Amino acid sequence: MTERAPRVAAARMPNAGEKQMTMPAVRIGSARSVAAPPITVVKLAVKPGPVGDRLLARLSDIAAHVLPPLLVIATLVLVWEMLCARPGASLPAPSRVLRETWELIADPFFDRGGIDRGLFWHLSASLRRVGLGYALAAGVGVALGTLIGQSVWALRGLDPLFQVLRTVPPLAWLPLSLAAFRDGQPSAIFVIFITAIWPIIINTAVGIRNIPQDYRNVAAILRLNAIEFFTKIMIPSAAPYIFTGLRIGIGLSWLAIVAAEMLIGGVGIGFFIWDAWNSSHISEIILALTYVGIVGFILDRIVAFAAGIATRGTAAN
Amino acid sequence: MAYLKIDHVDKTFHRGSRHTEVLNDITVDVDQGQFVSIIGHSGCGKSTLLNIVAGLTQSTRGGVLLEGREVDEPGPDRAVVFQNHSLLPWLTVYDNVRLAVDKVFAASKSRRERHHWTMHNLELVQMGHAKDRRPAEVSGGMKQRVGIARALAMQPKVLLLDEPFGALDALTRAHLQDSVMAIHQTLGNTVLMITHDLDEAVLLSDRIVMMTNGPAARIGEVLEVPMPRPRKRLELAADPAYNRCRQRVLEFLYARHKAPQLQAAE
Repeated sequence: MTERAPRVAAARMPNAGEKQMTMPAVRIGSARSVAAPPITVVKLAVKPGPVGDRLLARLSDIAAHVLPPLLVIATLVLVWEMLCARPGASLPAPSRVLRETWELIADPFFDRGGIDRGLFWHLSASLRRVGLGYALAAGVGVALGTLIGQSVWALRGLDPLFQVLRTVPPLAWLPLSLAAFRDGQPSAIFVIFITAIWPIIINTAVGIRNIPQDYRNVAAILRLNAIEFFTKIMIPSAAPYIFTGLRIGIGLSWLAIVAAEMLIGGVGIGFFIWDAWNSSHISEIILALTYVGIVGFILDRIVAFAAGIATRGTAAN
Repeated sequence: MAYLKIDHVDKTFHRGSRHTEVLNDITVDVDQGQFVSIIGHSGCGKSTLLNIVAGLTQSTRGGVLLEGREVDEPGPDRAVVFQNHSLLPWLTVYDNVRLAVDKVFAASKSRRERHHWTMHNLELVQMGHAKDRRPAEVSGGMKQRVGIARALAMQPKVLLLDEPFGALDALTRAHLQDSVMAIHQTLGNTVLMITHDLDEAVLLSDRIVMMTNGPAARIGEVLEVPMPRPRKRLELAADPAYNRCRQRVLEFLYARHKAPQLQAAE
């Protein structure tokens, strides 16, 4: 699979591009060249078969990618432990975090009613809100993006509005949506929707505007109708841009959900953090933050994976 | 009445209050089965002329008649082979041709027939073996072959070639020219080709239309190429008729209507 060069539209997260960290290759199995003492009998090393060679190469490849991050994490945890281990430290050391939250880690599925539930339930409630709001944003965003990408008049009419609205911080929408919906659940979903939609609209529009004239000529000669043009030319041609927008959108949604849930309350990882803070359970906050980070990373990977499948072939021309 | 008639075509581009006259009173007749080339220096408006015939650009005055009927919008009866192949990169070689076949023969051919017709045209340009590859995975010459297969698969009344070999290296170009000659020989297509390569023009054409430099390019001269077909590249080098034609075009392009940038250099 060829990784396409990231095409950047107006809004873009710093981590939306493909991160390629260059790691020093860790070589395993090169320790055979130890100078041997001069003895008469030369013992030949048993040559590993081709299967063994390949396995070794694979293992060393995996090690080269897995070891460096593990090392970095271990170092950071060690430093953290040393800084926070002394009595009276304002933040708990990792060992204490583990001790105090072990119950939550070990059993994420308990449900004692109300908001006293395992972390799995909090995370899944947040994911449901994000899923709904994001799906709406993706649908409406691609449609609106196509409209302003294709029609100059729609662009002139809507673009100034979009440019102003997209700078409104996600949480600023919350009071307004609470007033409109009179309920926390749809308000949170609306905040996700309004947060994720702008990069999707803008990137889709750029993608549509950048459809090469050649493809339009081909469509004209074949006399493709509007629907055929949309499905066979527009969407595949703009797919790399659309997915850039979708990827930025999912990241922003996950950023916004925690803040929104802190305010609306109920089950959800955001309120879990707020609740832990109110009960001074700092260890639980740290655990929740870890989970939020991991889930956000997985969401980003899922969209990136979908993008890879959907845009294969369009990369190099 | 000619099969394809470009009838007194003028083209002026408007940009704000500025007008640029690109083409001035162009008339070309192409008979059925004829291979006609339009040659001129780059920037003389020959691609604009081809786009007008294809219906992708509108003429300012005058028009294009195909079988006596005016054509002013694009359609598969005037298939274009573009200089940069214009294959859709997300479709395989097969699907690129199949898209055209499905669209043009939606009503008249069954699924099976459309599949066979797609394969037939890919075989015609010797690309059947690469049918499942994507454009990015085949060479420039192969892409252009697929572009030709796609155009042929539409069974156009006129095949329009827009500098089809311009972006290829000399060896690939010669190879592809031979293929186009063979296909023209077999199928008897009516072909209108834009080129700036005089050897290519003389080798392939029945008639060469030479255009003066722009702005307001006119037809400077029309040359009939009398060599019989099939033509053999190697034998032609010694053919006096070939050399005479070549000389005529050479004189037109480099003595009387030198490229504007070359004139400026003197």
